[in-house]
Amino acid sequence: MQLNDHIKKALAAGDNKILLMTHIVLGYPSLEANRQVIKQMVDNGVDLIEMQIPFSEPMADGPVIVKANQDALKNGTTVRECLDFAKEITSEHDIPFLFMTYYNILFKYGVENFFQKSKEIGITGFIIPDLPPEEGEEFFSLTDKYDIAPIMIYAPTSTDERMKELAKFGRGFIYCVARKGVTGKHTDFDTEFNDYMQRCRKSTDLPLAVGFGISRREDVDYLRGRADIAVIGTKTINLVKEQGVDAVGPFIAGLR
Amino acid sequence: MNQTIKTGYYGDWGGAFIPEVLYETFRELNIAFKEAKADPAFRQEYLSLMGTYSCRPTPLTHAENLSSHFGGAQFYIKREDLNHTGAHKANNVMGQGLLVKRMGKKRVIAETGAGQHGVATATMAAKMGFDCTIYMGEEDIMRQRPNVFWMEKMGATVVSVTSGTKTLKDAINEAFRDWVTNMEDTHYVLGTVCGPHPFPEMVAWFQSIIGQEARKQILNQFGKLPSRVYACVGGGSNAMGIFQGFLQDRTVELIGVEAGGKGINSGHHASRLTGKDASAGVAQGYKTMFLQNDDGQMRDTHSVAAGLDYVGVSPILADLWQKGLVRFSSATDKEVMEALDLTMKREGLIPALESSHAFVQAFKEAGELGSDEALIINMSGRGDKDIFTIAHAFDDPSWKEFIRKKGAEYAA
Repeated sequence: MQLNDHIKKALAAGDNKILLMTHIVLGYPSLEANRQVIKQMVDNGVDLIEMQIPFSEPMADGPVIVKANQDALKNGTTVRECLDFAKEITSEHDIPFLFMTYYNILFKYGVENFFQKSKEIGITGFIIPDLPPEEGEEFFSLTDKYDIAPIMIYAPTSTDERMKELAKFGRGFIYCVARKGVTGKHTDFDTEFNDYMQRCRKSTDLPLAVGFGISRREDVDYLRGRADIAVIGTKTINLVKEQGVDAVGPFIAGLR
Repeated sequence: MNQTIKTGYYGDWGGAFIPEVLYETFRELNIAFKEAKADPAFRQEYLSLMGTYSCRPTPLTHAENLSSHFGGAQFYIKREDLNHTGAHKANNVMGQGLLVKRMGKKRVIAETGAGQHGVATATMAAKMGFDCTIYMGEEDIMRQRPNVFWMEKMGATVVSVTSGTKTLKDAINEAFRDWVTNMEDTHYVLGTVCGPHPFPEMVAWFQSIIGQEARKQILNQFGKLPSRVYACVGGGSNAMGIFQGFLQDRTVELIGVEAGGKGINSGHHASRLTGKDASAGVAQGYKTMFLQNDDGQMRDTHSVAAGLDYVGVSPILADLWQKGLVRFSSATDKEVMEALDLTMKREGLIPALESSHAFVQAFKEAGELGSDEALIINMSGRGDKDIFTIAHAFDDPSWKEFIRKKGAEYAA
């Protein structure tokens, strides 16, 4: 599994190492801006990037990412364009890229066709928040064939038993949603969070990524030793909107 | 009903495409619903509540004037407009309210399109002592202002949804976003036979009261089963409600009427099962026929009736459609206004714009039947909530004058 290997190698490269994964919404504010933002992210040491293919009904996302999805679609962003763009990006930058999107995008494209195409353009993993394993028979039958890691999601409401069940399907890493709710709101890192992270760790050997509400160096520092990957989502989207593309590099550089 | 392949599936349709954070909530909801459904005391409590707080059984009215006007079938109208809060929505909401009590939750949230489901939920919350938040598209708030007023007066918070197309589907997304944050003390009272399992089954079960009554009533009043039963279809809850009373009777033809908007070929409609603009997809937690483009992005929909203005349709109805057990047609905005006008003038009934869609198709087909045959129209709600839309569509001069005067009074 290329994603597994990559993450293990990166984590082994230093003591108390934590990786950074960032999130961008394709087509927002434009593919050209995405191109520049990705370059700044990679140049400043981001380890993985999830690229969200916009969907008209992003049920699990908060207001900022919802608006970004909507604006990307209003700009006329198509799935075809997202795939072409991803192909260009993966050949230019030597870090793993993942697709994040909702299941209907795969369903309409044809699930196997989507796997095949994604493999061809060098995508290493999928994050599909509205596809539980119970509904993913076809999807999970294809992940090994195309060597694309299905990223399973844990939530604080997941029981120990449920986590173990999900881990069976997971490859690459587990995405631990830091709190209840949608993307883009602040997370309190308290005892409850610690207990949750310990439960996550016990349930799987896969590396743990933590996302939802991570926006500062303190947050990343706090996660060291507790998680393996810190996920920055809404924060950089806001940053691009408020301060422009060039603000991304220094922000990323300042996180570790 | 029909055999299910996998839990929560109706043929190819349905399922529960939910984010992990809600997995446990759905597990608990499934158990609570299953237990309630198996408990005869629960159904008894429900029936007693509907008989004393709402107006059940609602009458079945023989519309003699419409019958003679069309010179064909005998028209019978199932009067869901006489339910408390003026529509069939109360049947589902009161049932879910009792379930919320059993689950020990303290807060309810709901989406609403036309506002009827929101009003019914706010009513239930007031009666049962729950906190209540209603999500409603900005565009629908403009169309259905009187319902917003009543919801607020009953103590509910009405949140205007400004994302997406600002209509029903966006209100559903917002309600889910609330739920993923507050699932511990909150139940999402979904208003129709759509969404992730177990909602389609649950809402259909509560709404089945319409069909059970209607079947008994027509046998009593007419002496035999009707030849056809008509219901409008947005999400499909009133249609599923009445159809369930006749699904086992192969002599009764069931007809669902969708919103034809400005015409089925205009691109401005909400017809999923009639016309060619819909295809299979997965959104809002379930699989059905959606009005979407080739990329899987949902299209804009249009209907004069906010309650039918929706991209998806019940997975149960998609299955019945696929199996040929329910026939689908559509009615345009213009046809709806004409049918409404005729029904008011001939029968003194004011069907909601949604319900008027069912009247349109019955009017088109009544002449095909003999006077010894009956048809039933499910009048899912009353139209007085639509006074602003209806008065506007009729371009009524005296109403406009009244609004102008009222406006001047408030501006002063």
